[in-house]
Amino acid sequence: MSITVDEIFETASMTLYQNLDIRTTTLGINLKDCIDSDFRKFKEKVYDRIYSNAIKLIEEAKKLESKYGVPIVNKRISITPISLIMETHSTKKKYLEMAQTLDKAAKDAGIDFIGGFGAMVQKGMTKADKKLIDSLPEVLSKTDRVCSFMNVGSNVSGMNVDAVNLLGATIKQISLQSKDAIGCAKFVVMVNAPEDNPFMAAAFHGIGEPDFSLNIGISGPGVVKSVVEKNKECDLTQLSEIIKRTVFKITRAGELIGRELAYNMRIPFGIVDISLAPTTAKGDSVARIIEAFGIESIGTHGSTMAIALLMNAIKKGGAMASGNVGGLSGTFIPVSEDAGMIEAVNKGALNLEKLEAFTAVCSVGMDMFAVPGDTPSEKISAIIADELAIGIVNNKTTAVRIIPVPGKKPGQSVNFGGLLGKAPVMKVNKYSAKDFMRRGGRMPAPITSMRN
Amino acid sequence: MNKVKELLFITVIGKDRKGIVAKVSGLVYECGLNIEDISQKIMDGHFVMTMMVDMGDSKYSLEDIREKLEKLGRELDQSIQIQHENIFKMMHRV
Repeated sequence: MSITVDEIFETASMTLYQNLDIRTTTLGINLKDCIDSDFRKFKEKVYDRIYSNAIKLIEEAKKLESKYGVPIVNKRISITPISLIMETHSTKKKYLEMAQTLDKAAKDAGIDFIGGFGAMVQKGMTKADKKLIDSLPEVLSKTDRVCSFMNVGSNVSGMNVDAVNLLGATIKQISLQSKDAIGCAKFVVMVNAPEDNPFMAAAFHGIGEPDFSLNIGISGPGVVKSVVEKNKECDLTQLSEIIKRTVFKITRAGELIGRELAYNMRIPFGIVDISLAPTTAKGDSVARIIEAFGIESIGTHGSTMAIALLMNAIKKGGAMASGNVGGLSGTFIPVSEDAGMIEAVNKGALNLEKLEAFTAVCSVGMDMFAVPGDTPSEKISAIIADELAIGIVNNKTTAVRIIPVPGKKPGQSVNFGGLLGKAPVMKVNKYSAKDFMRRGGRMPAPITSMRN
Repeated sequence: MNKVKELLFITVIGKDRKGIVAKVSGLVYECGLNIEDISQKIMDGHFVMTMMVDMGDSKYSLEDIREKLEKLGRELDQSIQIQHENIFKMMHRV
């Protein structure tokens, strides 16, 4: 046998006991050619394009799950940023109708989430963009599977603080209109958004993409935790090597399945994003990896470095394994989706400031965290602005998915169920940046933007 | 004419007990799979049996075979996995 028993055991154990999975397979679909001056026809074309391809995606994904014994947890669709195709139909009513069309196509086909209901506004907002933002509270409360993003800055354009201010107020509105503020879990504000990101809520099919593109997000915090636990005595260099080797293997599995899926669907293969993404399932936590390193609780001193080490090893292992590694590869640290993170907040080991610090060394940003419902909108904008400044200055993607929970205070929590998990409400700094944020305008791009 | 081989690995993990190889082999025969290689070993305190099978001649779909194996796994109190050989080649060979 060319493959040894040890190797077979290792792979089978990853799938049987350590939650190795393809976290998401996301089909990017160009919708630009569906644009029609007749809005009814436009919606029909969008529905048909999405539904027919989504069915194919699910069918082919199921075959490969069986062939390789690796679960493909989510099947998702990302579309051309909606602002681009709706510019001539930009009324609140039509935005809602289009969102409902997308939601229906996703539900009818069995797609978990559909992303791309957003805009790129890093330099400024068009009238249509503003209308789109205006429609979001209603869109996100009246649909279940539509995800929205707003890219409000980049390395080369700086940060559109006017948009950040508007979005702070919009997020408050979303939280008030949707049950338990769940609409906020489907909305992300970001900078340096990659055009081929397979992960929600930020996925969209960028304008530089072909008609279709298949992107894979592979996960497996349990696999990494398991090898870390088996190597308690090695130093950090060796630990990094061990993680690299493991990540190499799981990325190869993602590459294999992604390529085959794209081939079977006769569409181009996009990227593999190897990001450890937790779920609240037992053993599927990124925080527990950090704790297995020897840190008492994630959030204490030393955990930023631990995440930096983990990120570095993941990126290097992934880069060797695939020629198409996605820009976000690393690890996600959403609070509500990770049992270890939730516990750390509840026992006071992890606060908002430390969460922000983590994002300077890891992908992607401050994700799925709840704050008290009475947090003023300008404070929400300031939290977002701080996080996005880290991305702009450090040439990386950062994003914020913040959930102000009406009527809730620190110490309480909100339960979304499923993959979105349970978010403990975190304490925010009581002092204000209102006068600073009120100035508006644009934060200029860093000097590193002048590379030409 | 020789059919193209379609090689898969069946992994059985659990406590060592009588009849595992016999039962799994029996099911493999019923499904029309040909056993190409078989190994067993104790690893991390587990009994591990791996079987390389060719499903080129089988009239069953992989999904059916997976279902039958999982059912047998529950009866024998063993975890049983079946995976196409490509995943092992990709993960363990550069």
